[in-house]
Amino acid sequence: MQDLMNAFALFSNFVLVPAIAYGSQLALGALGVTLVFGILRFSNFAHGDTMAFGTMITILITWWFQSLGLSLGPLPTALLALPFAIVLCAVFVLLTDRVVYKFYREKKAEPVIYLIASVGVMFVTNGIVRFIIGPDDQNFADGERFIIKAREFKQMTGLSEGISIKVSQGLTVVTMIVVVAALFWFLNKTRTGKSMRAYSDNEDLALLSGISPDKVVAVTWIIAAALATIAGTLYGLDKSFKPFTYFQLLLPIFASAIVGGLGNPLGAIAGAFVIAFSEILVTYAYKRFAGYLLPEDWTSGGLLQLLSTDYKFAVSFIILLLVLLFRPTGIFKGTGV
Amino acid sequence: MKKLVLSSAIAVGLSTAAGSAMADEIKLGVFLGFTGPIESLVVNMSAGAEHAIAEVSESGKLLDGTTVMPVRADTTCVDAAAATAAIERLITSDKVAGVIGGDCSGVTTAALTNVALPNGMVMVSPSATSPALSTVEDNGLFFRTAPSDARQGVVMTDVIMDKGYKEVALTYTNNDYGKGLADAFQTAFEAAGGSVTISAAHEDGKADYSAEVGALASAGGEVLVVAGYLDQGGKGIIQSSLDTGAFETFVLPDGMVGDALPAAIGSDLNGSFGQVPGTDSPGAAQLAELAEGYDATSPFAAESYDAAALIMLAMQAAGSTDPSKYKDTLMSVANAPGEEILPGELAKGLEILAGGGEINYVGASNVELIGAGESAGNYREIEIKDGALSTVGYR
Repeated sequence: MQDLMNAFALFSNFVLVPAIAYGSQLALGALGVTLVFGILRFSNFAHGDTMAFGTMITILITWWFQSLGLSLGPLPTALLALPFAIVLCAVFVLLTDRVVYKFYREKKAEPVIYLIASVGVMFVTNGIVRFIIGPDDQNFADGERFIIKAREFKQMTGLSEGISIKVSQGLTVVTMIVVVAALFWFLNKTRTGKSMRAYSDNEDLALLSGISPDKVVAVTWIIAAALATIAGTLYGLDKSFKPFTYFQLLLPIFASAIVGGLGNPLGAIAGAFVIAFSEILVTYAYKRFAGYLLPEDWTSGGLLQLLSTDYKFAVSFIILLLVLLFRPTGIFKGTGV
Repeated sequence: MKKLVLSSAIAVGLSTAAGSAMADEIKLGVFLGFTGPIESLVVNMSAGAEHAIAEVSESGKLLDGTTVMPVRADTTCVDAAAATAAIERLITSDKVAGVIGGDCSGVTTAALTNVALPNGMVMVSPSATSPALSTVEDNGLFFRTAPSDARQGVVMTDVIMDKGYKEVALTYTNNDYGKGLADAFQTAFEAAGGSVTISAAHEDGKADYSAEVGALASAGGEVLVVAGYLDQGGKGIIQSSLDTGAFETFVLPDGMVGDALPAAIGSDLNGSFGQVPGTDSPGAAQLAELAEGYDATSPFAAESYDAAALIMLAMQAAGSTDPSKYKDTLMSVANAPGEEILPGELAKGLEILAGGGEINYVGASNVELIGAGESAGNYREIEIKDGALSTVGYR
């Protein structure tokens, strides 16, 4: 029994907890991408850098709050700064829409033109962020760091394996659930949400029935900015903020959105967890895990690792390929790529 | 007709005058990763190189008073294609007379074999440490003021063994630098009787390192050797290891040593140790004092200063800015015999060379070029104490 508990603790500590937290961070990012794709009909490559921009504002406001002595006790001060950052990030995103995307919308441009335009926006945002806050790592997490530490867990339970859960991980999962619930309520129950879905389903019909396209577009951007800022801030709290990493986050986020089915919010969440779990499960070395479960003479000196961690990247892309081969619209029916 | 000849003669005269005025200014390429994984180190590296260039330029003693100007180009550290294009631009369009760089081993190899070698351009890298660069075909054009990681592997083994650790887990950044160092270390460590439980690569700039840490923790080991970059995957691995309680002590090779790391991780990092190219020679302290607006004790900043200084001293010794000529004098200005030259004394070195004398450039990193033109390697052993880097000794 002791062995079983140890095996479970080990597995939770190195697989379950990190995968759930990482999955939640990807889900929030993928939701933003999928929403823009569903309603505005293009792949927004600037999303990763929008996350960086939003997080940068959160950090700047957090620093200001910290200098004023404001804090949330055990929770990070960044949460207090988050609403302000969302507003400013939304203003920035609406501005880019005004300056860049509106022109193409009026011309009814092909999605691929939007996509290339968004790559441009990506580089510009990238530059702005580096210009304002610099290319370096920034740490802005404060308050308590752990909900439970591995060492405390061992003392509490008497097991030889510990589980540690960080405040940022707990916060990420809770926030993800709240945000997703709010988003679904908004899309399904409110008038604006319904008009957005109508616009997404059939633009012309929606226009005929009196839905204002400008409003739909603006609301979509505001939600996308809010999602990006929240996802970026949570990610930054959990790891740290570095513009370059946010740029790199774009890949797993897009993989999540596509695996789940682009344009489908539920799919984005499922896809995010599929990517997060597969990356960790396939490359985990089960040596110690098996050591607890199997009789002693069964275990070999090997690491019991399916794939070396070098292939972590490959795992998510193989899943992406398989999904595109067998279900081109994603696990949940999306609009297709 | 006479007038026409005269005016065209004047025109020719003017244009050659303009041409020679152009040639009066020597351009040196500063070919470092201004963006990418080590962008935070490059701030001080480029400043170090430009410091040496400014010193020589202001002294007015190089090749009868020609001035020197740095031209920056970005290696990106990781993107070989971008680096190749950047050095191509330096050589063909900016017409530089020498290149300080590249920084990371992979892009340096690519730039050397694809562009510098066919164009006959001298490259002096302050920080490319891959053992593979010792044997690469370079026609005598490639030098480095950083030692090969084959040497660092041995030094790191000594450091770990002296602390009594016999079993280590090893993770490296998945590029030429990380792989080269990891292999060199593993060979040296196992030869010394230690065991490496796992040698796992990690990618830089990834969003999450739980998978890598999970595998490392499962393999076990007394300490974790992290052959990565301090503001990239290396830091992510350490953070994640501490968070999950997988490892408590880390061994930090050169790419991981910097003030940013203890600042980012905090007190949990106390007790971790490592080594970085460095020397207790007076040159290092002297440069740190002279450095204005940058931190000369930052990794590879001193090596960058020395790389730039060596190129210009070699030009003076050869009496030419032609890479095919001064490549042969570079080793001799760096090594004994001759008057020892420290940072801030470049003007003196140039004078001695102009007078036909010999110098032994010691510089900020105690330069001694061996083999195919690479630093013999002095290492500073460090330990993290009270959340800051402290120097334990020199090896």
